[in-house]
Amino acid sequence: MSGFDKVVSSYEEAMEGLQDDMTIIAGGFGLCGIPENLINEIKRRGVHGLTIVSNNCGVDGFGLGVLLEDKQVKKMISSYVGENKLFEQQLLAGELEVELTPQGTLAEKMRAGGAGIPAFYTATGYGTLVGEGKEVKEFNGRNYILEEAVTGDFAIVKAWKADRYGNLVYRHTAQNFNPMAATAGKITVVEVEEIVEPGELDPTQIHTPGIYVDRLIKGTFEKRIEQRTVREA
Amino acid sequence: MSLTREQLAMRVARELEDGFYVNLGIGIPTLVANYVPKGMDVMLQSENGLLGMGPFPTEAEVDADLINAGKQTVTTIPGSSIFSSAESFAMIRGGHVDLTVLGAFEVDVMGNIASYMIPGKLIKGMGGAMDLVAGADNIIVTMTHASKNGDSKLLPQCTLPLTGAGCINKVVTDLAYVEIADGKFWLKERAPGVSVDEIVKLTAGELVVPEVVPEMEF
Repeated sequence: MSGFDKVVSSYEEAMEGLQDDMTIIAGGFGLCGIPENLINEIKRRGVHGLTIVSNNCGVDGFGLGVLLEDKQVKKMISSYVGENKLFEQQLLAGELEVELTPQGTLAEKMRAGGAGIPAFYTATGYGTLVGEGKEVKEFNGRNYILEEAVTGDFAIVKAWKADRYGNLVYRHTAQNFNPMAATAGKITVVEVEEIVEPGELDPTQIHTPGIYVDRLIKGTFEKRIEQRTVREA
Repeated sequence: MSLTREQLAMRVARELEDGFYVNLGIGIPTLVANYVPKGMDVMLQSENGLLGMGPFPTEAEVDADLINAGKQTVTTIPGSSIFSSAESFAMIRGGHVDLTVLGAFEVDVMGNIASYMIPGKLIKGMGGAMDLVAGADNIIVTMTHASKNGDSKLLPQCTLPLTGAGCINKVVTDLAYVEIADGKFWLKERAPGVSVDEIVKLTAGELVVPEVVPEMEF
């Protein structure tokens, strides 16, 4: 097989090397575009002391929420964590730490981490609790705070389609944080709905080039909906 | 009479212009989408990575991969685009979104806004609100003028942790339309049947009242 072939045969192999106290960057927004089977594999492995960088922390019993059940998470770096009772309990009991990070800053921290940029200035959070203790610099009469990039020991990503070389296409708003997460892992693991041969995806339509991807696996997905809102036909 | 939620949304909708890209927060701001004037095109930006947000889907159209920032199932419209969270916040931080409408707990005479955290209550997080208030030039805050206990939400200084500093200059409440400049609130319009005295009584920060305060019309 080609040295570019990223496909692995099992979820166990996909998360090989995951250890206690590692940092994991996860794609997804709410329950949309989350690597649900990779999360379940992390639960199965029983590792503890994890730091997880993800916009949200799932819900009770699904998504990243399942990692709270056996207290595997030490710290969440997220912008919004309100959908999860177990999270609330562990936070109040001091068993879980949360670093609330503005959503755009979180996306940019991942992007910068993957792009080799150690830190960046942003106006977001200046003059708020988020800015406390951070370097402030004025540019053109406006104040900005210095935010540091993040990288992970692992990045876990959900995409729609991939070729065997790890070129990825996302579907609709299941894209969200996934492209940045994909760039920011020392080991980037991607699960997809369909794997095709190299050449079958249009190169102009690739969202994430395969260079960022280390391991690739095809899964089946529940795709739970958080807020099912409909109108009359 | 103080404005209903719908009237608040209708008043805010008058600030829309043809060709505007608009980000609407959760709650009353979302209702603004229902009052876009006829013949005007605006495109709604949802910060999870959708520009050109359509209505809720029919049961048959529901797609778990297509949601808005409130995690509700939505649709696209002709001309929509979909992108990553980093791209989405580049639009917001780069000042490309023409109008942002969001709710708040408090605003003050310096244009500070507090909208995400009440100490002692569970903190859920700021989501994209800090990015939105820091990135946009044109922001409208919608909220009730006072709490249920009658405490003013237009203050000399915010008491709750800030979402953003010095970034708000327009506030539409259930009683009035107020602008913020030079460290003061400036009363511009009042809700139908609401007296200036009532507004003054419920505005804790310094309020400049002109001789004539026009009534909003609906």
